[in-house]
Amino acid sequence: MDLLNAIVAFLNYVFVPGVAYGSQLALGALGVTLVYGILRFSNFAHGDTMALGAMATVLVTWLFQSWGISLGPLPTALLALPFGIAFAILLLLGTDRAVYKFYRVKKAKPVILVIVSLGITFIYNGVTRFIIGADDQNFFDGQRFIISAREFKRATGLDEGLSFKTTQGITIVTAIIVVILLFWFLNKTRAGKSMRAYSDNEDLALLSGINPERVVMITWMIVATLATIAGVLYGLDKSFKPFTYFQLLLPIFASAIVGGLGNPVGAIAGGFVIAFSEVTITYAWKKILVYLMPESLEPSGLVQLLSTDYKFAVSFVILLIVLLFKPTGLFKGQAV
Amino acid sequence: MSDPYGDRGNKDVSIANPKGMGSEIPQRSGQTRPAPGGPFLIGENMTAGYGNGPDILHDCTIAVDQGEIAVIVGPNGAGKSTGMKAVFGMLDMRQGHVKLDGEDITDLSPQARVAKGMGFVPQTSNIFTSMTVEENLEMGAFIRTDDFGDTMAQVYDLFPILKEKRLQAAGELSGGQRQQVAVGRALMTQPKVLMLDEPTAGVSPIVMDELFDRIIEVARTGIPILMVEQNARQALEIADKGYVLVQGANAYTGTGKELLADPEVRKSFLGG
Repeated sequence: MDLLNAIVAFLNYVFVPGVAYGSQLALGALGVTLVYGILRFSNFAHGDTMALGAMATVLVTWLFQSWGISLGPLPTALLALPFGIAFAILLLLGTDRAVYKFYRVKKAKPVILVIVSLGITFIYNGVTRFIIGADDQNFFDGQRFIISAREFKRATGLDEGLSFKTTQGITIVTAIIVVILLFWFLNKTRAGKSMRAYSDNEDLALLSGINPERVVMITWMIVATLATIAGVLYGLDKSFKPFTYFQLLLPIFASAIVGGLGNPVGAIAGGFVIAFSEVTITYAWKKILVYLMPESLEPSGLVQLLSTDYKFAVSFVILLIVLLFKPTGLFKGQAV
Repeated sequence: MSDPYGDRGNKDVSIANPKGMGSEIPQRSGQTRPAPGGPFLIGENMTAGYGNGPDILHDCTIAVDQGEIAVIVGPNGAGKSTGMKAVFGMLDMRQGHVKLDGEDITDLSPQARVAKGMGFVPQTSNIFTSMTVEENLEMGAFIRTDDFGDTMAQVYDLFPILKEKRLQAAGELSGGQRQQVAVGRALMTQPKVLMLDEPTAGVSPIVMDELFDRIIEVARTGIPILMVEQNARQALEIADKGYVLVQGANAYTGTGKELLADPEVRKSFLGG
């Protein structure tokens, strides 16, 4: 019984939140890794792209809620998501046309584009706050839990409850669908292969008749889609607050680099590595240990390695370790 | 002044990914004009250079006609590769014209030239290393909307080793096999003219002979070939037309046999 309680507590406090957070990071890291692989720079504006895409979704969600449109048990935000994605696509294509294209035509070195993207970050950041403000916004509706802790306790008779939030379920299912679609697109379709060809060798892609501007356009569209989905899922699961998306940049880049920048499989693996490291290191293990250890050995402290306030330190340290000892990441990335 | 778009020696690959980055391609209007007469493909009186740099080609002319193999030879730094790139529109043309099949294509972008029927195999980085052999060939056929299965079968007939290795990443192949992939990729568009920049660079003599045989085979199918070669003697033997470039200008022009027989050319370029 104690063992079962320990397992349930582990699932409830570590595993389920870890998988959901990992899926969100993986989606974010996929966007970063695509820009790095195909457009060849680290896009620091990715976090704020997520914020803007999510913001558009929040606004449309409120509009739908005011009209009384809803999806029943599912959050209305899912209905508003396509509008958010469309907004983010227009935003990124517009930014590309106005800013990045200037440097691309001149074949500016990637490091210049990194700094340019940092400038874009601040502009996006300001626009988000200007439109929706810097505060927390709630846009979740529908049924809160798929499995609630109380029902679970009643059904199983265990002391520990397992809760599975609707948002966690949606996050995981959406992430799986998006990843399958993305890999199918990159490996099986003509457009996807042309993106890989462009990433491999721009000049030769040109000599094969691949239009570079088209590749860049498709890339931004996919990146906008991934960023908005990741942003909305994170906002639904936690809450929508513009500044948290800027902060998410660190774990997202850590995920992409741990997995190997430019490698989509790596981005997904990296997302889960970072998410589980963060959750396990900042979780107070006392609850689980109490079930597992004999009474005499029960820990008196919380057995929490780091306070949750320091969760970003976890990604930062992992990032440092990877860059010091295995800069190509777990899966071979393009950064050698 | 230093280059405002350069990276000032930054080598940090964790934030920037310069590998496989393209070169600066001049912007062009994309207009063509009819220009009847003359050879099938000709780069006429070309004066060209990279970016804002000095002229590398000086009033240089290279051409190839239907059913011919034309070979460009010359010492290192003579502008052979630059001449090929100029014909393909990959650098800044300051004077001169490029004409293809009775049309002036000087103002076309490289990818528009591919659509017009030109195929180009550059000297280096001429394959997609991270993609399989088959994907390389598919990318070669990117502009084709019809079924290219039979063209792929023809390429596999021409280079049987590629069929064997079709699911392997092209970057894992040997030098000679890579060159075969590169030529195969260019053939996939069913080009009307094929331009090869040193197809035998860095391969062993045996493989080189085999590659030459394959190139002759391609030429026999009726595709005119414009080729740069280091191995001047061997190349001129198979050439219908030969160009000797020196310092970006035409030094000698003639049929392959004439050039081989020319005492000046023999003394300067063929080692006696």
